[in-house]
Amino acid sequence: MKIFKYALLAIPFLYFSCDDDNDTPEPINEEEVITTMTVTLVNHMNGDDVITMQTQDLDGDGPNEPVITVSGPLTAGTSYSGSIQWLNEMEDPAEDITEEILEEDDEHQVFFSASGVGMEFVYMDFDGDGNPLGTQFVLAPLGAGSGSVTITLIHEPTKPNDGLDTAGGEIDIQTTFSVTVQ
Amino acid sequence: MNCKCKKCGASFSSKLALALYSFFSLCCINSFAQNCNKRLSIQVIDLHDGTPLENATVQTNGLKGATDFDGNLIFENLCEDTYVLTISHEDCESMVQTVDIKKDTFRKIRLEHHLNELEEIMVISDNRNNSRTLFENKISKEVLDDYNSRTIGDVLKTVTGVSTLNSGSYLSKPVINGLHSSRVILINNGVRLEDQDWGIEHAPSIDINSIDKISIIKGASALKYAGDALGGVIIADTSREKLLDSIHGNITTSLQSNGRGGGVSTNYTKTNSNGWHYKFQGTFKKMGDHETPDYIMTNTGFYEQNLSFKAGLNRIDHGFNVYYSFFSNRLGILRSSHAHTAIDVINSIEDEVPNVIEDFSYDIKIPSQKISHHLIKVRGFKNFDFGKLSMRYDFQSNDRKEYDIRRGGRNNPALDLNLQTHSIALDLESKFDNSSNLKSGILARYQKNFPDPATGVKRIIPDYKKYDFSLYSVYDKSFSNNWFFEAGIRYDFSHIDAYKYYRTSLWEARNYDELFPEFVVEDLGLNTLTNPKFTYNNISTNLGTRYSIDKSQNLYFNYSISSRKPNPSELFSEGLHHSSARIEIGDLSFTSEVGHNFSLTYNVANEKSNLTINSFANYVDDFIYIIPVDLMPTIAGVFPYWEYKQDDAKLFGFDLKYDRQYFTNFFVGHQISIIKGYERDNDKPLINMPPVNLKNQISYSIPEMNNLNLSLESEYVFRQNEYPNNNFEVFIPTENIYSTLDTSTPPGAYHLLNFASSIGFKSENGGNYKINLRIENLLNNLYKNYLNRLRYFTHEMGRNIMLSVSCSY
Repeated sequence: MKIFKYALLAIPFLYFSCDDDNDTPEPINEEEVITTMTVTLVNHMNGDDVITMQTQDLDGDGPNEPVITVSGPLTAGTSYSGSIQWLNEMEDPAEDITEEILEEDDEHQVFFSASGVGMEFVYMDFDGDGNPLGTQFVLAPLGAGSGSVTITLIHEPTKPNDGLDTAGGEIDIQTTFSVTVQ
Repeated sequence: MNCKCKKCGASFSSKLALALYSFFSLCCINSFAQNCNKRLSIQVIDLHDGTPLENATVQTNGLKGATDFDGNLIFENLCEDTYVLTISHEDCESMVQTVDIKKDTFRKIRLEHHLNELEEIMVISDNRNNSRTLFENKISKEVLDDYNSRTIGDVLKTVTGVSTLNSGSYLSKPVINGLHSSRVILINNGVRLEDQDWGIEHAPSIDINSIDKISIIKGASALKYAGDALGGVIIADTSREKLLDSIHGNITTSLQSNGRGGGVSTNYTKTNSNGWHYKFQGTFKKMGDHETPDYIMTNTGFYEQNLSFKAGLNRIDHGFNVYYSFFSNRLGILRSSHAHTAIDVINSIEDEVPNVIEDFSYDIKIPSQKISHHLIKVRGFKNFDFGKLSMRYDFQSNDRKEYDIRRGGRNNPALDLNLQTHSIALDLESKFDNSSNLKSGILARYQKNFPDPATGVKRIIPDYKKYDFSLYSVYDKSFSNNWFFEAGIRYDFSHIDAYKYYRTSLWEARNYDELFPEFVVEDLGLNTLTNPKFTYNNISTNLGTRYSIDKSQNLYFNYSISSRKPNPSELFSEGLHHSSARIEIGDLSFTSEVGHNFSLTYNVANEKSNLTINSFANYVDDFIYIIPVDLMPTIAGVFPYWEYKQDDAKLFGFDLKYDRQYFTNFFVGHQISIIKGYERDNDKPLINMPPVNLKNQISYSIPEMNNLNLSLESEYVFRQNEYPNNNFEVFIPTENIYSTLDTSTPPGAYHLLNFASSIGFKSENGGNYKINLRIENLLNNLYKNYLNRLRYFTHEMGRNIMLSVSCSY
C-alpha cells in the first residue's frame, strides 16, 4: 500500500518537527496591575500637617497580603485636601497608573466612605461630562474618635450614580484604612 | 471481476493450466462442469446478545442480499467453491468471512458490537428497523433532529447517566456518572480532542451537524482510545460510506426563539461503487442574547462557523481517507458574571438578578471568547492474513482567546492559548476465529502549549511540551451462546516539560523552594522562572463479561482500573483567573489518580419493552478536584481562593431506563439516575455532583400521517442536598459588617416540560423533507441549575421554541 509507505516516510518528519529549540518563554509585563495606592491628605489650616495612607501589595495576586499604613491621626475641626496616586511597582521603574485613570476619567470613579467616625467627602475633580472622578477631594472629619475610611476605585461605573451600591462596574482597588481623629 | 478465493492461489502454484482453469471456472464464472445447486443459509446475529440483526447486508462474488427480520438470508444456486462474504450492518463493524461450499451450508455470523455502550445515538438512521430497539431508535432520531441547533452537550444529556456542567447557556461539558473534563475523553472521527484539560468553561469543539453517530463507551473497548477515561469515552463519528454510486446530501435550516437566531447546515456526499468517496459539510449559526422568563441575559449571544471535509477510498480489504475539520466560534460571556470581588458575588446571590441587564442585542461584547480548532487526519488500513492493520496520523491546533474588560484602551485578549498536537498511531485488529478477537495498538503523541505573552496578563496555563507513548491490547472471546468475555490492558507513558514563571512569594509559601529546588532556573525577584519536568507511567486494565440469561435478558459485569495523570491546570494553575473571578492554585506534588470502577448492568428487552438497570461503584485513589478553601485579600479586593486538592474519593450510583410500547404507536419512557460522591476519609460530599434526575416521556406516532410524531417530556431535577459547605464570612468595608459568601448552597429543585414533534414529507423528485418543532421549558419556568457555574449570577433560559426544516436528497 502506497499510503503506508508515505505514512512511514512521515514519521521521521514528524519527530524532527517536534525537536524544537528550548527557548525559555519571555517574562510577561503585567502592565495593568495596581500594586500601590497612596492617599495624601494636606491639612488646610497647617500645610506641614500631611497624613499619608498607603496600601501596597507587591506580589499582586500572590499569597502575601497588602501592607496598609496610615502615617498619623487626623485632626478634628479642620479639613484636608486629598489626592490619590496609583502605581504599578511590578514594573521597573514603577508605572504611574494615575495617568491612565485621568485619561479615562469617564470610565472611572473613586468612592469614599467612613464608619465609626463622622467624615465628609467632597469631590474636587470631574470628568468631561461633569460627573465626579475623585482623584482630588476634600476630607473633613466631623468629630473625634476612631474608625475607618474605605476608598474604592471603580472601573466602568454607571455615571452619574447615587453611590457605590448602585454604581455597578468592577472594583479595581478597594482598601479600608483604620483612622483616628483627635 | 475480483477473484479472491484461496483455491485459485493453490491451483496456480501447482499447475498453471489447471490454475487458469480453476481461476475461470471456480471463482469468476459459475459455468459448466460445476455443480451449482448449493444453498447457503446465513443468520446474522449480534455477537453480544445473540439477537438477530435485520438489514445486515451480505456481499459475495457479485451476489448481494440483506437479512430479514430474523436475521436470515439465503443464497441459492451456489457452486462448490470458496466464497468470501462481506457482512455489514450500520451499527456494527463490517467483517469478512470465508465459507467453503461443498454441500448446503448454514452459517451463523456474529457481528461485533461494543460491549459497554451506555447508549448509541443515531444522527442519521439510514434504514435500521430493529425490533429490539424500535422505540429507542425512534426517539434518538427525533432527539438528534431536534437538537441540530444545539450543542453536543445538550444531546448527550438525553442519555441516562449523562449530565452537563455548564458555563452559561452555550458552554456545556458532558459529565458521565459524576465525572467530567479530563476524565471524559472525546473522540472526533478517531482523533482524541486535546482541549479538554483547559478548564470547565471550555466546551467540546465538535459541530453536532458534522457527525452521524455518537456512542458512549466504557470498559475494555474504551482502552483502545484512552487509559485515563475514568468517566468514559464519547465517540463522535461520521457514517461509513457505502460502496455504491450515489449522491446524497442535506440542507437544514433552523430557527429558535430564545436567542432570536438560527443556523444553516448543509452536507454533500458522493460515493462510488469502486470505493472512492468524498463528503463536504458546513454549518453557520448565529444567536443574540438569550433570555430567562424575566430578563435578558446580556451578552450571551454567539456565532459559530464550522467546516469539514472527508475524502478517500474505501475497499473491502484496504482503504484510506483524509479528514479535515474546522470549528470556530465567538461567544459573549454573561456581562454580570464578571463580578470582580466576593462582595459582587454576594450582591448577585442576594439580588437573584444580574446587575447588568440591557436591551436585547446580537452584539458580542467584552467579556467574550474566541475559539478555533483545526483537525487534520490521514488514515489508511489494509487487511492481512493476520488481521486488519490501520495507521493514522493526526494534527490538531486549538486556539483560544479570552477577552476581558481592560483598562487603558487595551483590546487585545487577556488570555491567548495555542495548543498543537501531533499523533501517530498503528492499530491491529485480529480475529483468531469466529469467537475471539484481539485488538492492539501503539501510539505516539507530541504536544506543545503556547500562551502568548503579548496579553500583558500572567499566564494561566504555562508553556509546556508533552510527549506521550501508549500501548494497548484488548482481547474478547465468546463461550457458547451465553458467556462473553473481554479483557484489556493499556500502558501510557507521559513526559511533560514546562516553563513557568511563579510568583516567588507563592513558590516559597507552598514550600516548592524546598520540595523542587531542581526546577528553579532563575530567581528574578518578584517572579521565579522554573522548569518543572514530570514523567508518568500509568497502567489501566479492564475485565468485563456478559452473561445471557436467556434470549431477552443479559447481565453485564465490568471491573476497570483507569489511571489519569494530573493535567497542566491541576499542576500549574497559579493566581487570579479573571474570567472566573477567583484565584486558582494547582499543586506540583500531585500524583496520578487511579479509579477502580465496578459496574453491573441488567438488561431485559423484548418487542414491546426495554429495561436497563445499571449500577456502579467507583473508588478513585488520589482524586483531584477544585474547591474554594478561603478568601484572599488582594489590592483589588477579596477573592475566593480555589485550590486543587487530591484525596481518595468514592462515587456510586445507579441509572434506570425503562421504555414501553403500548398499542402500536404509543410509547412511554422513564429514566432516573442517582449519583453520590464523597471523600473517603471523612465522607464529605464532593462538589458539583449531579442531583437526582427523573425523566418521563410519552410519545405518539402516526406513521400514516407523514410519520407525525408528538412527544411530551417531563424532567424533574431534585435539589442537590449533599454538598460541601464552602461558605465564608466576608468583611464588607463600606458597611463595616461581616456577611456570608454563600458559594455552596445549591438552588432548589425544578421541573421542566418539553414538547417535541416532527413530520416528514416525500417530494416527487425524490427528496425528503422533515420538519421539527421543539419547545423547551414549555411552562417558561424560572429556575437555577446547580451544575451551571454562572448560577450565582443568572437563572436558566426561559421558553425556547425551535423550528427546523431539513431537506435530504
